[in-house]
Amino acid sequence: MSANLFDKVWDLHRVGKLPSGRDQLFIGLHLVHEVTSPQAFAMLAERSLPVAFPERTFATSDHIIPTDDQSRPFKDPQAEAMMAALESNAASSRIALFGRSSGRQGIVHVIGPELGLTQPGMTIACGDSHTSTHGALGAIAFGVGTSQVRDLLATQTLAMDRPKVRRISVRGALGKGVGAKDLILFILSRLGVEGGIGYAYEYAGSAVRALGMEARMTLCNMSIEGGARAGYVSPDETTFEYVRGRPFAPAGGDWDRALAFWRSIASGDDASFDDEVELDASEVEPMVTWGTNPGQGIRVSERMPRLSELPSERRAGARAAYAHMGFSEGEPIAGKKISVAFIGSCTNGRISDLREAAAVAKGRRVAAGVRALVVPGSMQVAAQAREEGLDLVFKEAGFDFRLAGCSMCLAMNPDKLEGNQLCASSSNRNFIGRQGSALGRTLLMSPAMVAAAAVSGEVVDSRSF
Amino acid sequence: MANDNYVRALVSGRGLPLREDDVDTDRIIPARYMKGVSFEGLGEYVFRDARFDESGKPKSHPFNDPRFAGASVLIVNRNFGCGSSREHAPQALARAGIAAIAGESFAEIFAGNCVSLGLPAVSVSAEGAKELQGMVEADPSLRIEMDLEAKELRAGSRRFPISMPETHRKALVTGLWDSTAELLPGLAAARALAAGLPYLAWARARS
Repeated sequence: MSANLFDKVWDLHRVGKLPSGRDQLFIGLHLVHEVTSPQAFAMLAERSLPVAFPERTFATSDHIIPTDDQSRPFKDPQAEAMMAALESNAASSRIALFGRSSGRQGIVHVIGPELGLTQPGMTIACGDSHTSTHGALGAIAFGVGTSQVRDLLATQTLAMDRPKVRRISVRGALGKGVGAKDLILFILSRLGVEGGIGYAYEYAGSAVRALGMEARMTLCNMSIEGGARAGYVSPDETTFEYVRGRPFAPAGGDWDRALAFWRSIASGDDASFDDEVELDASEVEPMVTWGTNPGQGIRVSERMPRLSELPSERRAGARAAYAHMGFSEGEPIAGKKISVAFIGSCTNGRISDLREAAAVAKGRRVAAGVRALVVPGSMQVAAQAREEGLDLVFKEAGFDFRLAGCSMCLAMNPDKLEGNQLCASSSNRNFIGRQGSALGRTLLMSPAMVAAAAVSGEVVDSRSF
Repeated sequence: MANDNYVRALVSGRGLPLREDDVDTDRIIPARYMKGVSFEGLGEYVFRDARFDESGKPKSHPFNDPRFAGASVLIVNRNFGCGSSREHAPQALARAGIAAIAGESFAEIFAGNCVSLGLPAVSVSAEGAKELQGMVEADPSLRIEMDLEAKELRAGSRRFPISMPETHRKALVTGLWDSTAELLPGLAAARALAAGLPYLAWARARS
């Protein structure tokens, strides 16, 4: 038996044991955005502490920026104040900030891998729970709160307990038209939204190995929705090919040294785990959530569960979810009329997601009465989409093609649901109020499924397109 | 380094029952109320959408219930604080007067954020959480004592065993929960470790 990737990377970054008994863990890459950092910079200033590793700290803006008109100052004075604080903190601390003028601005979990900042064997942290995304490259990546952002700025380290590691092996192959979003929604529906508490998830098995890098990012992104502290895929040739040639990737003689390092930290065939779960890829179909947490998902062909079919401890939550959604137990999810379609977010705002959605949208029209938005995850994703003509495909179909940001995933910018609109969304959370209206309703699904819903006006199996 | 003002060995107060599983941080503090460069004033928006309707009219909610005004021990159920890592959630609770939380289980980032603020979030059994909620609903004046040294929560004549990660408990009872203060002495060792990390060598070559 040998150590798994998580334990190898943890040991490599463990500075020592702290008085509280927690480990002091060095973080190789700290990513910063405008919502969870200004308070941390203020706490640092109060203590007269400098940023310890500005060269390992990178910033961008994503949560609050508008996606229609990004000219400054922003129309929303609060958003402008947050943006200005980020700019001033980055400048005074000599932290690289990827703003609009860099051409590299975007959602923090999209630009990290895109720029080659995210690499196998690293420890990564960011004041955002979806930092688990970066685990797709074989890094261990933690979402943290603002006090820990302060810790990172002051020391580039975190005080943490080492989680256990659960390997989730997915046997077989995903069917045609079934992807990583469906797989993670399936996993959440099986293991629950609190099943991962105390664990990091290693995703493995033939169905995971077959996924491209961006699909692996989608998978790892929603580890946090399962309650896991982190999620990752042990790196392989797919990973190395993805990293090669990116702006911050190792080059020249360093490339070979990097490959040797990356192979050394991968989980071996005989790696041991604290827990193992096996799933069969053939059971996964396009998935849709019917409730108000991401574990409340079913196959698009299924009916919503009857309360009596659910474990007793799940019934109260399901009853409340049905009340909010206006759905009844036992109803099919297919055929539910939507009024908004949102394609984007750190879960599904990458070029492969836009290609998948465009393939469905091409030559079709958004249904009457549906507002459809495509929000690229980064300026580079948007540029690539334009180069491939995807922006035109979307526009001709009646989608709004926006500028990069988090947008309607969490509605901190002007992109919000109104009233009790039902939204087909490629984002990660269907929590009540998440998309900007207290009465708003979210159906989580893949980008292809969102595009199919947009052009049909209702939930429909995207494989029929 | 330990500071007596930071010791959180015993927290007591009246209880505030919030009966629901999987309460997420978007519920605790909706993102649209997080627009600001400080945590000031967040208490006002705690559970905003659950407490008020679209027109701003108060709804029935434990945080609106005058019987629980001034209560400081929040009693919750399973997987409380799931979702976003936003520290705004425990900040909003603390600024609304919550000094301790007891419940069946907590999402990990949320629990870690609570420790960072010196706010104990402890687990009790599923039945214990429900029983406590019932006791507080029946008698809102009931005094609750959360004793992290004795690892028990006392309410009336009842005692409930409590648990939390031992490192969290130790940090709270010794007053070592200010993680930056705990980490700073290790900065030199962190620099030494970083000097040996292979990827920082090639990162320097690219900068």
